[in-house]
Amino acid sequence: MARSKNRGSQEVNAGSMADIAFLLLIFFLVTTQIATNKGLTLLLPPKQDEEEPDQVKQQERNIFKIQVNSLNQLLVEDERLDDPSLIGDMVYDFILNFGKMSDVEKGPTGEKVSDRQTYESLPATMKAYINNKLRSGESSDGPNAAIVSLKADRGSSYEIFIEILDQLNAAYNRVYGERVGLTAEEFRKLNRNDPRDLDLYDRARSGIPKSISIAEPSKVGG
Amino acid sequence: MSKFKKKSESSQDIPTAALPDIIFMLLFFFMVTTVMRETEVLVKQDIPRAEQLVKLEKKKLVTYLYVGEPKEPEIFGTESLIQANDAFIAIDGIVQWVNTEKDQLSEVERDQITISLKVDKETKMGIIVDIQTELREANARKIIYATPQKTDDN
Repeated sequence: MARSKNRGSQEVNAGSMADIAFLLLIFFLVTTQIATNKGLTLLLPPKQDEEEPDQVKQQERNIFKIQVNSLNQLLVEDERLDDPSLIGDMVYDFILNFGKMSDVEKGPTGEKVSDRQTYESLPATMKAYINNKLRSGESSDGPNAAIVSLKADRGSSYEIFIEILDQLNAAYNRVYGERVGLTAEEFRKLNRNDPRDLDLYDRARSGIPKSISIAEPSKVGG
Repeated sequence: MSKFKKKSESSQDIPTAALPDIIFMLLFFFMVTTVMRETEVLVKQDIPRAEQLVKLEKKKLVTYLYVGEPKEPEIFGTESLIQANDAFIAIDGIVQWVNTEKDQLSEVERDQITISLKVDKETKMGIIVDIQTELREANARKIIYATPQKTDDN
């Protein structure tokens, strides 16, 4: 058994280990992109049967019309509008108009809610606002009937479309939020995996469907 | 002034022996969380920002469509194109593409497929509407317009 003598230090020089690790770290820092699955969600309507196009006539007052032409100019309720950021407030008033409350219960089976029940469930501040400012005969009958229609020309830009869609979502989130005593921001951040948050979420949304319709654009009207 | 000249008796060195360990820990974190880009995006992607974002929980159900002007106009022209996975697809190829993507999911999840549209802001709405019509046709009704969060300085 030959025994090697200790000559010099037996330690591995680990001083540059940190440098190497740093280099790798910086490489991964730069190449990493934390995938963001964030955006504006939309549920498309089901496939249309060609034999029977849905000819459900909606009353004019129950539709909030937004049109965009190929020059990205806006026509909101048949009037020109230059600032898209005003749409949010207009839609908010439109949804909560309660012009002619119906007692007809609508919604998915099991959780049908009428406009009157929706109205009764609102907090007092919102009721006061509705009674003082809204309830116009020319705007929507109630949240169940209210539809927001967005019709963008084929030549209009995606940027303005997203801006409007953002405004519409903001209006709905504000309605939902205020209904359960939250801000729009807080409502949006509710974690639906948490049962308590889910309950709030469901309570806020019952009776007020998010009816955003993206209409097929026409080629005419540039 | 003798107060200032007083030498401290403890050592002034910061022990750095644990530094590599800390760095390694960070390194492992990034190595584990990194997902290498599977597809190379061939179209311009300057996505408009929005405020009211919703976060998707199930990443597995999301598939991506990139829309925008090609990055190499000499080869592909300047018209906006649709990119799925690694190649450009035509409008009428979308239904088939969705069905292939659906096949990769388990049977119960097939109807929950979400299409994430990453669209350049210069794109015209015409192509977006065409895509939506095709997605309805393919019965992939859940879509999300992927957008980054708007910052406050606007």
